[in-house]
Amino acid sequence: MTETNITEEEATPDARPVDPADAPAAHKPKGATVPKAIERVTELGEKTVGEVRCENPFIVTENVDVYYGDNHAIQNVTLEIGKSEVIALIGPSGCGKSTYLRCLNRMNDSIESARVTGKISLDGLDIYGSDLDPVALRARVGMVFQKPNPFPKSIYDNVAYGPRIHGLATDRAELDEIVHTSLDRAGLLKEVKDRMDEPGTGLSGGQQQRLCIARTIAVNPEVILMDEPCSALDPIATARIEDLIDELSRDYAIVIVTHSMQQAARVSKRVAYFHLGRLVEVDETDRIFTNPRHKLTEDYITGRIG
Amino acid sequence: MQNLTLILLLAAMAGGAFYLGRRRSYAVVGGPAHGAQLHSLPGYYGYFTLIWCLLPALGLFLLWVLLEPKVIVALIIKSLPEAQRAMSAGELNLLVNNIQNLAAGDAISGEVDALMRDAAERYNEYVSASRRMLATLTLGIAGLGGAIALRRIRPEFRARNRVEQVVLYLLIAASSIAILTTLGIVLSVLFEAIRFFREVPLTEFLFGLTWSPQTAIRADQVGSSGSFGAVPLFAGTLLITAIAMIVAVPVGLMTAIYLAEYSSSRVRATAKPLLEILAGIPTVVYGFFAALTVAPWVRTAGESVGLEVASESALAAGLVMGIMIIPLVSSLSDDAIHAVPTAMRDGALGLGSTRSETMIRVILPAALPGIVGGILLAVSRAIGETMIVVMAAGLSANLTANPFEAVTTVTVQIVTLLVGDQEFDSAKTLAAFALGLVLFVVTLCLNVIGLTFVRKYREQYE
Amino acid sequence: MTVSRKNSREIVEAGLARRRRKESIFRATGMIATAVGVTFLAVFFATLIAQGSSAFRQTFIKLDVEMSESVLAPDGELDLAYADFDGLVRSALRDAFPEVSGRSERRELYRLVSIAAGFQLRDMVSDDPSLVGSEVTVWVPASSNVDMLVKGNIDPSIDESLRPISDAQVGWVESLQEAGRLEKRMNKALFTNGDSREPELAGIKGALMGSFYMLVVTVALAFPIGVAAAIYLEEFAPRSRWSDLIEVNINNLAAVPSIVFGLLGLAVFINWMALPRSAPLVGGLVLSLLTLPVIIIASRAAIQSVPPSIREAALGLGASKMQVVFHHVLPLALPGMLTGTIIGMSRALGESAPLLMIGMVAFIVDVPGGFTDPATALPVQVYLWADSPERAFAERTSAAIIVLLGFLLIMNLAAVIIRKRMERKW
Repeated sequence: MTETNITEEEATPDARPVDPADAPAAHKPKGATVPKAIERVTELGEKTVGEVRCENPFIVTENVDVYYGDNHAIQNVTLEIGKSEVIALIGPSGCGKSTYLRCLNRMNDSIESARVTGKISLDGLDIYGSDLDPVALRARVGMVFQKPNPFPKSIYDNVAYGPRIHGLATDRAELDEIVHTSLDRAGLLKEVKDRMDEPGTGLSGGQQQRLCIARTIAVNPEVILMDEPCSALDPIATARIEDLIDELSRDYAIVIVTHSMQQAARVSKRVAYFHLGRLVEVDETDRIFTNPRHKLTEDYITGRIG
Repeated sequence: MQNLTLILLLAAMAGGAFYLGRRRSYAVVGGPAHGAQLHSLPGYYGYFTLIWCLLPALGLFLLWVLLEPKVIVALIIKSLPEAQRAMSAGELNLLVNNIQNLAAGDAISGEVDALMRDAAERYNEYVSASRRMLATLTLGIAGLGGAIALRRIRPEFRARNRVEQVVLYLLIAASSIAILTTLGIVLSVLFEAIRFFREVPLTEFLFGLTWSPQTAIRADQVGSSGSFGAVPLFAGTLLITAIAMIVAVPVGLMTAIYLAEYSSSRVRATAKPLLEILAGIPTVVYGFFAALTVAPWVRTAGESVGLEVASESALAAGLVMGIMIIPLVSSLSDDAIHAVPTAMRDGALGLGSTRSETMIRVILPAALPGIVGGILLAVSRAIGETMIVVMAAGLSANLTANPFEAVTTVTVQIVTLLVGDQEFDSAKTLAAFALGLVLFVVTLCLNVIGLTFVRKYREQYE
Repeated sequence: MTVSRKNSREIVEAGLARRRRKESIFRATGMIATAVGVTFLAVFFATLIAQGSSAFRQTFIKLDVEMSESVLAPDGELDLAYADFDGLVRSALRDAFPEVSGRSERRELYRLVSIAAGFQLRDMVSDDPSLVGSEVTVWVPASSNVDMLVKGNIDPSIDESLRPISDAQVGWVESLQEAGRLEKRMNKALFTNGDSREPELAGIKGALMGSFYMLVVTVALAFPIGVAAAIYLEEFAPRSRWSDLIEVNINNLAAVPSIVFGLLGLAVFINWMALPRSAPLVGGLVLSLLTLPVIIIASRAAIQSVPPSIREAALGLGASKMQVVFHHVLPLALPGMLTGTIIGMSRALGESAPLLMIGMVAFIVDVPGGFTDPATALPVQVYLWADSPERAFAERTSAAIIVLLGFLLIMNLAAVIIRKRMERKW
């Protein structure tokens, strides 16, 4: 009777780091230099794999935890975001990427049971500090939502809303200019030039989302947060918005949550992978999709989970 | 036999019918063991028998009870000598009333003569004969019906379908009662109002400026000795309604906004039930409070500032009415505000609005149709309110816009005209129905428009 | 962007203070508005209890009454109907205050005690004829003026001509108090008597029974009809113009002023059908028409909340539509229907306007014994008493209101409890 050859390691495959020599050859890109000692981390440990820091960080989140009542939704996330980059947050549903996003402009304030600990700063200012008004914060950090939500007002009034409340225009002419420029930068001006007084809700899905982007740009923010902006749109509209993101990235820092890895690969320079509330891995887009360092990231990318 | 006893007997027979029907269903298949051979469950055969026993008999009973008084009165009148039959409708009515009272052993007004005593005796005879006939017929038909039903019980007989069909008809009948009620209201009010407008022209009623509803005391006076111009009533109603709205709309709306947007869930959990309590206080209690506490307070407050305030000022009634309506405005506005999708709110907040800016510039305009609908419903409620104004507002018609004076309203006049002893046909009492017609039409329009707004608004966002 | 980022930031910062101020003003307005309603409620209940709680006590005076045989049984036989019990009361009073003389003074003395005293003595003798010839000590109700004085509602220090109680009477009351012959006791009459012209005899029992009979009629009619209509409209009625019309109709009926229902009742039930005026039967008929739309709407909502999966499961097992409804849907929707009915009932209990129309304004002393006896209802009793100028009626009105609100509170609590306990999470 032969002894069964199942060793301890094989019996509990996730218990210990895998021998690098066992890494499937397919993951090694041809000619790429393999970083020293690729340890494909398998545990959901405390430390985030990859580069959480960046040069000239604009947004810094340090040891951030978010609780919804007893639910520990975000666990100890540290991440820096640069001034002019596009970073995509990916992960299976429920992993906390939207929650994290909403911390950056304090939208979690409206949820009664939400509690945020840790430090989040924008351009050096602690956004949860007592001297920072969320109103002012949100004029610098704009947000585009998953389902386009134009106001039931005219197209003009939709875009003019932000400048009006913040007082960014001193007269009608200035306001007109802001509206026009914003619509132009959002790639919508040509289509709506002749019907600025019509309700924003009468546009198609893709147009509505571009209207929402225009609305966000109109207050002259520095960061644009996007929460799965294309998930409710058809592929053509999605493509237009992805092109738009590329143009906008020259002037704004963009943090985009997406459940489509292809989209993340197309639009972003950096990718952060979230899993069950933890930031598992952060790295440059190319690297993370070709050679993820954490097993969970790999599983997600190859479709084994999520 | 007493009605109640008859009904109880009928119910007992119905119960017996059920039992017999069910037993028979077992019998026709040779015992409970063969129950599966029956088309329907045995209980349905029982119900079938019960229906045949109960419904025809019940129908006869109701019909009889409704018609009995009229038939007997007609018979009595026929039996009276020529002289009495020739009396005017009013006098004949009085005579008949007296005969009925005499027959029942109650006191009557006026003298009792042999004629009346005979008539009263005959009345009682007719009544007992009628009762006997009713009892016999009803119970007989019940028995007959039950027997007929029993004979039809066979294994293939589809009792369940029959029974369910009858139940369906009963359900339909129940639903029609709602329509019948509206029809009843419209017809009865309209009917009497038309009789009123034969005596007082519509234009005088709707546009006349003097309201003093005196009617003829003597039979030869035509009802034109009083004036029935309802404009002061309309004005009074509008004045008090306006005061009530000035109180209720801002307070109700701001309360809804505060509870929806600003308050903690604990405050909300306390305040909402309290407002419901406010809504549940009967209006007569509000009226008492208005008359006893608020009106004197308003009066002293006014006099301390040098104003002359009536003891039944429109202001006092309007204030209390406004407070009564606050919960209505608040809850309808709350519904309207919550119907606005949170995405809208999030969008506004994400752009950097304060909560007040979000509310005023985005949510309220979006919720406006629902809020307006709610206000219309509140106005309708205020116009139709009776007890507060009866107890706290005045009785004399007064065409004014001064809230410190006493005014009267449509509802107060309806009550005053109908409460008390008067003949039903005089123009005075008919005027109450005319007022009722106006009230019904106006509140109906407001309700229809208001409800349409509120409902259409909800659809918009679903 | 024509405006630089830095400029934008500065503009926004500059405007913040003003916007924050507006925000706090807006928020404060909301708080004040909410406080208005709550404060009114507090003030209302405080005044109500302050005014009404004293009505639950009534002043009684202790008298030593000689049940003199010569008065009660002059011919040797006890004659309850014609014996002068009032005379016995009067002589007891004279004995208590022997110094009082003169007709007008004596009349004032007699007015210390309620006219009920005589009836009370008669009832005592009727229960126990052996009392004749003995001396009994009884506590009799004081007249309402004395009651008001003792409760502090009449100020003895103001000028005599301005108050309903004279200086002499004030003096006698004080000496009775000192002698321990004056006490405030529970006002049982409030709950055992029907209406009366004398405040100290006036009670709400007649009104309570009237309301009770009416509510019985209302529930007996409105609940089955309302549930049946809701079942038909929700489960069986095909979507058509007709059913839409019925729905609009019902929603509108729920908002029609209640006085219009009173007019309907007057025209149809009283005049056309010649039903007895101010009978609980008619009141119940009118109130059931009024409550019907409320019950239908609540029942429909309850039926709608039963998930379709339950219906499908039952149908799949071979049940007929009717069986599905009555065996499965109805039991599950029942809590919601009951809640709606209780709420409808509490609304009906508080209605008075339509009852005024059908004649319940009469002064009715007897407690109704059935559905066709003339009766009044509790809210109508409040209305009638509110009209009386006597102070004693003012406090009793408040007490009646307290009782009415008490019933409403119980009913609404019952509805809430039913809703909580039988609430299912689908």
